[in-house]
Amino acid sequence: MLALLEARHLVKHFRGTKAVDGLDLSIPTGCCFGLLGPNGAGKTTTVEMLEGIQQPTSGIIRYRGEPLGSRFREDIGIMFQATALQDYITGRENLRMFGSFYRRTLPLAELIDACALGEFLDRDTRKLSGGQRQRLLLAIALINDPELIFLDEPTTGLDPQARRNFWELVHRIKARGKTLLLTTHYMEEAYQLCDEIAIMDHGRIIAQGTPRELLAAHFDDVVLQLPQTDFPDPPLPPSLTVMHCRDTVEIFTRDVNAAIKELISHDISLARLQIRPRTLEDLFLELTGRELRT
Amino acid sequence: MNFVRFWAVFACRNREFLRDRSSLTWNLLFPISLIAGFAFAFSGPGLDLYKVGVLGDTSGWHGSNFFNTRYVRFIPVTDLATALTKIERHQLDMLFDPTGRRYWINDESPKGYVLERMLRGADAGSTFGKQTVSGRIIRYVDWVMPGVLAMNMMFSCLFGVGYVIVRYRKNGMLKRLKATPLRPLEFLSAQIASRLLLILVSTALVFVGTDRVIGFPMFGSYLDLFVVFAIGAISLISFGLLVAARTTSEELAAGLLNVLSWPMTFLSGVWFSLEGVHPFLQKAAQLAPLTHIIDAARSIMLDGAGLMDVSGHLLALAAMSVGAMAIGVWLFRWE
Repeated sequence: MLALLEARHLVKHFRGTKAVDGLDLSIPTGCCFGLLGPNGAGKTTTVEMLEGIQQPTSGIIRYRGEPLGSRFREDIGIMFQATALQDYITGRENLRMFGSFYRRTLPLAELIDACALGEFLDRDTRKLSGGQRQRLLLAIALINDPELIFLDEPTTGLDPQARRNFWELVHRIKARGKTLLLTTHYMEEAYQLCDEIAIMDHGRIIAQGTPRELLAAHFDDVVLQLPQTDFPDPPLPPSLTVMHCRDTVEIFTRDVNAAIKELISHDISLARLQIRPRTLEDLFLELTGRELRT
Repeated sequence: MNFVRFWAVFACRNREFLRDRSSLTWNLLFPISLIAGFAFAFSGPGLDLYKVGVLGDTSGWHGSNFFNTRYVRFIPVTDLATALTKIERHQLDMLFDPTGRRYWINDESPKGYVLERMLRGADAGSTFGKQTVSGRIIRYVDWVMPGVLAMNMMFSCLFGVGYVIVRYRKNGMLKRLKATPLRPLEFLSAQIASRLLLILVSTALVFVGTDRVIGFPMFGSYLDLFVVFAIGAISLISFGLLVAARTTSEELAAGLLNVLSWPMTFLSGVWFSLEGVHPFLQKAAQLAPLTHIIDAARSIMLDGAGLMDVSGHLLALAAMSVGAMAIGVWLFRWE
């Protein structure tokens, strides 16, 4: 598939720190591309270079095979993680203002319908809830009917209902054949929305592929979960790979039957046993480590 | 009130302030510079409360008790007409002619009245003839009013553009705009135009409102006054823009804007005339746009001057506007 946006050997230095270290990336047309990584991995710097907000120290970024130019600005929509809107201005006035920056704009009615803005369109932006604010910011990002949309942690701080509502909006955008670049800390969100995922750490991409491909490439086991209280005092047999997560014990196994037999032989109750497949969160932690990032 | 929470916030705010070196430096340097400036401006044997212009040769009169009065600055003047204009405008409190044995005061000036009493008390035996200031008598409020309007305009222009742009930069608004096809020049000119419109409308409203209550003399053209205020506002906005071009800290911006505005307030003759102030400061005042706005506005309102008469001030304002705006646009960064 033709790459809509691609980056080659992207490097960014900040006063002796290498935030992005020779990154290569290719986002095909119509794809929802997820960029994941722990805090300080270089995600935001990478995305801001791809958005044209920051200039790379070295490397090349091409949109439709050409360097980023005025056409790129007309063709993209951006929803930053934290964008202040002007105080005392309504949603409608914001949409009109941003709409005036572009040659081509979507009809306001279409945008109001697509992002469900009707109930608060004429309200002062200071009085919007978190979910309403994010929907308005998404509408502003879509005002120019962009080909490529950047969504930087769009659901951070939203409640589960608002988050799922937002996912539905993103699905509708995808259905219109738009290309998206999404950064998120929610692995379920990435799994739900992204066709392709890249995991970054220390300024480099350390894994890339579809969510299924990535999981298949890194895991061939499942996870048995049992409450810690169901285990007797003597330790578990060393044949099992075990991890203690607060009040839960996780057992990683390729052979569920054998693992269960082993647990039964140690008189462990299976009444509260849960079996789950490996998730993107497991992959993320395995690749980037479990230590706290600052 | 929970004092534990209060203290935590208080301590954090103090740390933030102390660690913001640039703002801290300004917060220290600004009052020091201000005090030093005042000390320099009013240096000399003491604080002069009264200004008396002395016409012609004063050598024979140093023995007079009046000349020994403390807190009066005696300023030699040579041209009678110019000196009388200064009396009208409260730039001089009295004009004294020892040779002609006469003096002039503005009957609307409290300081003139006090000086007259001092003169009679100091030289009771002498006879000095009181002269009437010919032409119109300008009240202090008439003289100070253009200055107050211009000063209000200055604060609105500097803070309304400079501080607001820095706030937009800090809260991410400028970053969002950078991601659109909007160009810096478009954004900046919109800011300038918006502030210009607001300030001209609000100044006009203040002018009309106060004129109805107090009644100001207007010997020139309202259109000429409008032109002076418009060019003056553009020059002040340009300085605001210059401050906001790259500043990212709201506190630093406030410090820089204070550095511009407060010395201008004192040096531009808003409240008192710079007559008798150190010549260096009188020259320095010419670098401040506020000086030119106030001088031109006073000339139009009180002397009936036309645009040609104040063209020097207008040219200075235009040059400052072009210079500050060009540098501001050149330095401007969205982030």
